[in-house]
Amino acid sequence: MTGRRVELEVLRYHPETDAAPRFQRYSVDCREEWVVLDALNHVKETLDPTLSYRWSCHMAVCGSCGMMINGEPRLACKSFLRDYQGVIRVEPLAHFPIERDLVTVIDDFMAKLKRVKPYLIPAQARALEQGEYRQTPAELKRYKQFTLCMNCMLCYAACPEYGLIPKFIGPAAISLAHRYNQDSRDGGRAARQEEIAAAEGVWECSFTGACSEVCPEHVDPAAALQQVKIKSTVDWYLAHLMPWLKK
Amino acid sequence: MSRKPYLREETMRWVFRHPRYLRYMAREFSCFFIGGYGLLMVWGLKRLSEGPAAWRSFLEVLQSPASIAFHVLALGFALYHSVTWFKLTPKALPVQVGGEFLPDGIISGAHYAVWAALSLAVLILAGAF
Amino acid sequence: MAQSSKPIVWGPFAAGGTLTAFLTPALMVLTLLAALGYTPDLLAYERLHAFAGSWLAKLALAGTVFLTLWSAAHRLRITCYDLGVRADTLVATLLYSAALAGTAAAALYLSRI
Repeated sequence: MTGRRVELEVLRYHPETDAAPRFQRYSVDCREEWVVLDALNHVKETLDPTLSYRWSCHMAVCGSCGMMINGEPRLACKSFLRDYQGVIRVEPLAHFPIERDLVTVIDDFMAKLKRVKPYLIPAQARALEQGEYRQTPAELKRYKQFTLCMNCMLCYAACPEYGLIPKFIGPAAISLAHRYNQDSRDGGRAARQEEIAAAEGVWECSFTGACSEVCPEHVDPAAALQQVKIKSTVDWYLAHLMPWLKK
Repeated sequence: MSRKPYLREETMRWVFRHPRYLRYMAREFSCFFIGGYGLLMVWGLKRLSEGPAAWRSFLEVLQSPASIAFHVLALGFALYHSVTWFKLTPKALPVQVGGEFLPDGIISGAHYAVWAALSLAVLILAGAF
Repeated sequence: MAQSSKPIVWGPFAAGGTLTAFLTPALMVLTLLAALGYTPDLLAYERLHAFAGSWLAKLALAGTVFLTLWSAAHRLRITCYDLGVRADTLVATLLYSAALAGTAAAALYLSRI
């Protein structure tokens, strides 16, 4: 078993006593195979029980442990210490208010997620005895990649437009709306368009593409947003130039 | 326990946080050169409409060192715009054939091929060779 | 919340981005050759004047100027915001007006050829 001493520089903020966040340095004896989350757990267990951060599954499924590691939004459970040299700087996810230490306030994202109605709104209601809503593999494939989002919010921390325009509904929420819009069983697109095709919706995206680069599940939110832009544009021109087509 | 969320101010530092943001700014800065070239086209049409002497003097201005420098820079940015645009096209316009999506490389590659053929055609038809 | 009318400005941006990606580098090579003294045949006065005399070419040239200027104006608008200029309405009005004015000027000059 090999190991090394790792220097962690962690952003601390205690609302009761601190006017502003500050960095605190920890020296931690770590094992070779550890991830940043292991190092933080070790700090909390042996050095400083006051350190606060979110985590749950430790296997890149729950999406709780998103944080800035050397300035890049990452899951702490997926960031191996062996991939970093020197001091590792750990900060809460960018663009979100800090609740305490590495814990952010995520109310804004939760509210936006709710607004885009990320659930199936059946195109035709079916009675129980009519059986399940059936779908072909090709119809499933159309949206499957966008179902992989676990709401870790790394894309919001990577998106410069969200940082500049906090009202922007943002990558994950719009991608999830797109996921349901692409679902052959769904009939809720018109309702979702009210949110995602609004000025604060997809139109604040400038296709930086950072969301897709940091996404740990390869959802590719940037692709979803461009597809929403094109579909919304086609909608608009059809509605205004060929109004007689309107159902 | 009291709540007092702290929002760190967003500064221009994000541009330097990761090379991807610099690449993005480079892509967006292509607008200065492509827009500038658009204005050059308007000016060229003006001189063309004013007769042979005006057109000759337009060509002379084109040969100034400043114009050559602009052209070289603008060509670099325009090529970067083309490459990034076609690289991102498969994301905006995915093609599903049967069950599967066409690989990004096929869609981008088709665009690069059409771009090359079209550019060659323009250059040949304009008598550049 | 209402659906946005952004498609009015985004549609020509997307079209212009595509057109400039396909065409602008080749056009730049043509004028670069002229700048270096190797003027391509098409850029000789008689050839170009005759070319720009046809209605189809006039339409294509005006369209190219419009989409080029518009896509650049739209990108510049976004870049201004990215760089911290917060007067978006003013910036957008100025830039889109400039693109339209440039197109109108090009159309006027083309009508005189």
